[in-house]
Amino acid sequence: MREITLSKAVNEAIAEEMRRDPTVFLMGEDVAEAGTPFKVLAGLVEEFGTERVIDTPISEPGFVGLAVGAAMTGTRPIVDLMFGDFIFLVMDQLCNQAAKTHYMSGGKLSVPMVLRTNMGATRRSAAQHSQSLHALVAHIPGLKVAMPSSAYEAKGLMKTAIRDNNPVVIFEDKLMYQDKAPVPEEEYLIPFGVANVKREGTDITLIGTSSMVQVAEAAADILASEGISAEVIDPRTIVPLDEETLIKSVKKTSRAIVIDEGHQSYGVTGEIAARLNEKAFYHLDAPVVRMGAMDVPVPFSPALEDITVPTPEGVAAMARKLCSGEMIHAA
Amino acid sequence: MAKAAKTNTEDYLRMYTQMVRIRAFEDNANQLYLSAKMPGLTHMSSGQEAVAVGICEALTPEDKITSTHRGHGHCVAKGAEFKAMFCELLGKEEGYCRGKGGSMHIADQSNGNLGANAIVGGSMGIATGAALSAKMQKTGAVAVCFFGDGATAQGLWYEVMNMAALWGLPVIYACENNGYSEYTRTDEIAAGSITARAEAFGIESYDLDGQDVLAVNDLTQKLVERCRKGEGPFFMNLKTYRYHGHHVGDINREYYRAKDEESEWKTTRDPITNFGKWLEGEKIATTDELIEINNSVRKEAEEAVAYALEAKYPDVSEVDMHVYVA
Ligand SMILES: Cc1ncc(C[n+]2csc(CCOP(=O)(O)OP(=O)(O)O)c2C)c(N)n1
Ligand SMILES: [Mg+2]
Repeated sequence: MREITLSKAVNEAIAEEMRRDPTVFLMGEDVAEAGTPFKVLAGLVEEFGTERVIDTPISEPGFVGLAVGAAMTGTRPIVDLMFGDFIFLVMDQLCNQAAKTHYMSGGKLSVPMVLRTNMGATRRSAAQHSQSLHALVAHIPGLKVAMPSSAYEAKGLMKTAIRDNNPVVIFEDKLMYQDKAPVPEEEYLIPFGVANVKREGTDITLIGTSSMVQVAEAAADILASEGISAEVIDPRTIVPLDEETLIKSVKKTSRAIVIDEGHQSYGVTGEIAARLNEKAFYHLDAPVVRMGAMDVPVPFSPALEDITVPTPEGVAAMARKLCSGEMIHAA
Repeated sequence: MAKAAKTNTEDYLRMYTQMVRIRAFEDNANQLYLSAKMPGLTHMSSGQEAVAVGICEALTPEDKITSTHRGHGHCVAKGAEFKAMFCELLGKEEGYCRGKGGSMHIADQSNGNLGANAIVGGSMGIATGAALSAKMQKTGAVAVCFFGDGATAQGLWYEVMNMAALWGLPVIYACENNGYSEYTRTDEIAAGSITARAEAFGIESYDLDGQDVLAVNDLTQKLVERCRKGEGPFFMNLKTYRYHGHHVGDINREYYRAKDEESEWKTTRDPITNFGKWLEGEKIATTDELIEINNSVRKEAEEAVAYALEAKYPDVSEVDMHVYVA
């Protein structure tokens, strides 16, 4: 199968959906001629014109608000938010408006829009361009949240997001744009709420989101060489969450680590761990462990930044402790 | 050049030197990027020196500024030292922010620089708040809010201008209008007149040549004095130009900005060259003296870079320090 970059996969997904549905349009800063700073949308304005690939002023709350209104009245906007960190600027439009419109209108109105943005530290971009803020929007009922872990997921999830009748937020890892993965030429969609078992194992379940799937896989490699068999699961969407697949795995392995790049406190790792504790308690041989990003603003200095995020070595070390029973009597 | 009385040779030479220092800082920062010695990306302010220097030379260390992602010039102009700045750019312990902030977040508390900002428009509230606190505490201090033309699209500006005007706050909004918002010409994404927007709040506003350091300095001195008397706020729309790409990595940029336009600004409107010529014409300095200033500034910058390259990274134990005030 051909291999393409995550960037190209997103581009293809959007182009295919724009060809298929004339109500789909794109809007954001430097999306047209520049094709975004990461060049993800390069070439789209040439095919679809400036009527459907719209450069906006640097007015994030404004254009997200426009997208909400446009989505309520017959179009399907894809809004490009250049950095995930800017989600703080658009919280009202996204969380008070888009997320609640369908519910508040008793099901009469809907907001079929996609907000695509990014996440991920270690790019030396400091505290306002490195955050992974998906947990914040996942907290708000009414929003769906997708977190592609490779080019394959990026394409399939984007197409599903565009066709979904709810507001969907997609977080791409900005360090993965140039990573290649096999992506079929033929059309495919990846349904929301269906986790992907990337690797089967019997001793411990490693649940990772976005780039943390790669971290989990690398940890599983380390563990395999020591005789520990790790199962690796990628939930792909955190809202909706495929609890069933996660619970089934933990019932088999009886141990789990949840790895995510958001801050550890009050985050995705805690939510998933809590559900496993509630629904697989009887089967657990050790506490479910959370491994998120350190609870600090992302520091600029490389000497500090690299230690704020989970690593394969760190995950493997934790897995070893869990498998040897060390965590059971931990204070 | 504006006709300023030849009152203070020292002030003129300091303004010239400060502009040269900014240019030298940026050239070295760019070189650090090109030689892969600098973590991440950075935004150069070369070409915009007269705005930073003309304004900051009219301020005291007690006056506050807020800066932007393109903030090295403001930082130097407000009195910062090269060593601590380069250390910050390289993420070293001796940097102004102990390596935690980097290029986009340099702050220099000792000189009244409340910090660069990586959120476009993110400092508009902060500057206005600093002016509010100056007024409440009767310090007589003024706050200058630097931002780009692109940032005028942020709604926050309109909210804070309303309050600043209502409450007569000592704040000067200084738009460094370099004509571009990243990779897009700002006139393609901005309606009407930026100056008129400030005027709509009853804020006295000025359009001026941001390449003319004396004109910038003269006007700022007047506005600062008036702010201190409670006549603020003010708005300055300063026409200027950035010589480099949006950031150091933006090298192939002809799709949005013509090479001719760049060379036109560089050859005919360079703030340092033109001010140097004026200094010579007014017999304030000789060509040799200006060359000497350039040489010694370059040497200072190179020494600071060498120092910063050798300097220590912060200890890993610092990672969770400063999240909260102890
Ligand atoms: C809220 C926000 N939106 C978008 C960006 C990305 N961005 C960084 S600089 C920039 C352009 C800013 O243009 P301007 O204000 O004119 O400043 P200049 O770069 O020209 O100095 C953009 C869009 C950002 N950092 N913050
Ligand atoms: Mg600009």
